[in-house]
Amino acid sequence: MDALIAQFLNGLDKGAAYALIALGLTLTFGTLGVVNFAHGALFMLGAFCAVLTAQVLSLESVTLDPTKLTPWGTPTEIRTTYAELYLGDFGAFITDYSIFIAVLVTIPIMLAIGFAMERGLIRYFYKRPHAEQILVTFGLAIVLSEIIKASFGANPIPVSAPEALRGSADIGAFLGLDMFINYPIWRLVYFLAAAIIIAAVFAFLNLTTYGMVVRAGMQDRDTVQLLGININRRFTLVFGIAAAVAGLAGALYTPIVPPHYNLGMEFLVLSFVVVVVGGMGSLSGAVAAGFLLGIVQSFASLAEVKAIIPGIDQIIIYLIAVVVLLTRPRGLLGRKGVMES
Amino acid sequence: MDTTPSKNAPLSETERVGPAAKEKSVFYRTSGRIATQLPPRGPEMAPLWPPKADIFMTIVFSAVVLTMPLWLQPFGAAYPDLMQRFAIFGIFAIGFNILFGLTGYLSFGHAAFLGVGSYAAVWSFKLFSLNIIPAIIMAVVIAGALAVAIGFVSLRRSGIYFSILTLAFAQMCYNLAYSVLTPITNGETGLRVLSDDPRIIDAIFGTNEVPVPRAELFGISMQGMPGFWTSAVFLIAAFVVALLITRSPFGMMLRGIKSNQVRMSYVGFNTRPYTLMAFVISGMYAGLAGGLLAVVDPLAGAERMQWTASGEVVLMTILGGAGTLLGPFLGAVLIKYFENIFSALGDTTLRSMLEFIPEGLRDTAIAIISPFVGDGWHLTLGVLFMLVVIFMPGGLIEGFRRIGRLFTGGGRKKENG
Repeated sequence: MDALIAQFLNGLDKGAAYALIALGLTLTFGTLGVVNFAHGALFMLGAFCAVLTAQVLSLESVTLDPTKLTPWGTPTEIRTTYAELYLGDFGAFITDYSIFIAVLVTIPIMLAIGFAMERGLIRYFYKRPHAEQILVTFGLAIVLSEIIKASFGANPIPVSAPEALRGSADIGAFLGLDMFINYPIWRLVYFLAAAIIIAAVFAFLNLTTYGMVVRAGMQDRDTVQLLGININRRFTLVFGIAAAVAGLAGALYTPIVPPHYNLGMEFLVLSFVVVVVGGMGSLSGAVAAGFLLGIVQSFASLAEVKAIIPGIDQIIIYLIAVVVLLTRPRGLLGRKGVMES
Repeated sequence: MDTTPSKNAPLSETERVGPAAKEKSVFYRTSGRIATQLPPRGPEMAPLWPPKADIFMTIVFSAVVLTMPLWLQPFGAAYPDLMQRFAIFGIFAIGFNILFGLTGYLSFGHAAFLGVGSYAAVWSFKLFSLNIIPAIIMAVVIAGALAVAIGFVSLRRSGIYFSILTLAFAQMCYNLAYSVLTPITNGETGLRVLSDDPRIIDAIFGTNEVPVPRAELFGISMQGMPGFWTSAVFLIAAFVVALLITRSPFGMMLRGIKSNQVRMSYVGFNTRPYTLMAFVISGMYAGLAGGLLAVVDPLAGAERMQWTASGEVVLMTILGGAGTLLGPFLGAVLIKYFENIFSALGDTTLRSMLEFIPEGLRDTAIAIISPFVGDGWHLTLGVLFMLVVIFMPGGLIEGFRRIGRLFTGGGRKKENG
């Protein structure tokens, strides 16, 4: 039983990442009608924003202390981060909590990247066939990941969670259950953060006037334009938001999986599958499918399940996608008539 | 399906084919069933059967392929290992073009067939014979069978869904090859031919005792130039078959599907068998390419099935020109050439190449160029990819045509090719 709950929690966690990426992906698709194969690369860029922040915050100044000698007879090196040097204890604090600083850094950077991408490249592809959109964004994804590889190297770079959030917690006691479930705290933080981000995006789209216009534009772009609203500008913002959501998902994921330049490609295929299962252009579908697939995948990797069907954990997500596409082409919660062929 | 157009089709007879086309309409047989009229021949469609131009093109193509060892000399690419790859990936791209170029279905999972072809060929070397003929046959047949299965399911959807379905299937194959199917694929180590494999057929002829197992054709080892000649012969054959398919009524049908599938079904065609046929043919081409990869180097690994490999063949086809006959081969040659040249360029080679630049600027030039070469050649590839899709969606062949049109006085009529 406790193994099942642990798998469920694992699934929620993985599902949160899938849901965040798929949310951005389907937002782009629903508003701009563009199939963005570079979305995984945005996730990866967000992760490297966190890496960069951590690296900047842990830049050290080295002073020599001639009074103390190492066993080799040289003066001891005292390493202090610049942040600590200038800001004292507060500096040490923000170095420790660099991941949250990274969130603050990631949002504007990813928004800017999103705007630049939409204005500079994607908007020329609205009228082009889907195949060409796929191809150009696929090329962009290669370029982005190669740039990251050239500047950060090909090896995964670990980013540590804050000291206080590094260990594991006993979930069983927390839930008032009579069992012991050990679970990493940072994964709980990730799940919580994902829930907040998803809620924020939905609130923005459903509770603000701006979001209402965007939703109207998703339904019928031409009519909204006829009403004298510059829908393109709003869609550019939405693209930026999608990029920022993907970036945040990546930045917060760094303590779980050390990012490397190819991370985006790995997540892209999965997140497309999630979007398709949830229904192209359906935001709630993407979130639901993200969590669903995350949970199913983590249950499929249970040893008991693998004993019955070997290798099922490797293919279960794709299998679900195939079945959903063939039996219900518009996905679980897809709108009728959207990309249903 | 009716031989006469269905009565509840939304277009009337004259609207569908036009009065002029109706008089010239052709009846012909495809797969044992009398089909209705061809779609109207628009000015943009190439004529059905211009044998002279095709024969000329085939001869020129064969000559170009067979003289590769000569004319590649000045480019420093005339060694068998690279020329084999030109030919093999040329086959892969030509086959991919039969699906993507003719029907417009963008498959993102063709590398699966390449990988399966390789595995099948290596297993044939292990189980039956080191002779390449059974290996090639097995590679093509097994890749074709897999293509039937995947195509049957994937082709129920079109557009982006088709791309994602094929991608999903290819990822499944890739993941399985690394995990459960390790007894068949030998996992990360890769499948290789060993000297103590059974090799039943060779054992009958008493030739299974070899010190180093190498693929051979009746005694000719496939190392070095013979490997290239074999690949080249297969490439020419593959080209001719692709040419015949493109010019046949079947190819015409595929192009009709690309330009308007809905109209094709209104005219009374069941389009799915045709697209499935195209999918299977291109899967068999990929299997052939995979088999040849195993022939020139009897080792098969799962990384051949990764989706970046599928992306590469898409790029080759697009770069050369999707839907053209020569384009995919051209794209394959260019990409494999640049992969070879660029990935071999290190900083020291670069420095000696840039001797002519003044000392002060040289470091700057090297700093600018070096991320694009060596390990970073994928960056060049990505940039190239984007530039081609943005500015030249028709590919290089389209670019040449535009240049050609500039010189011939801007006639807007497209040549055939």
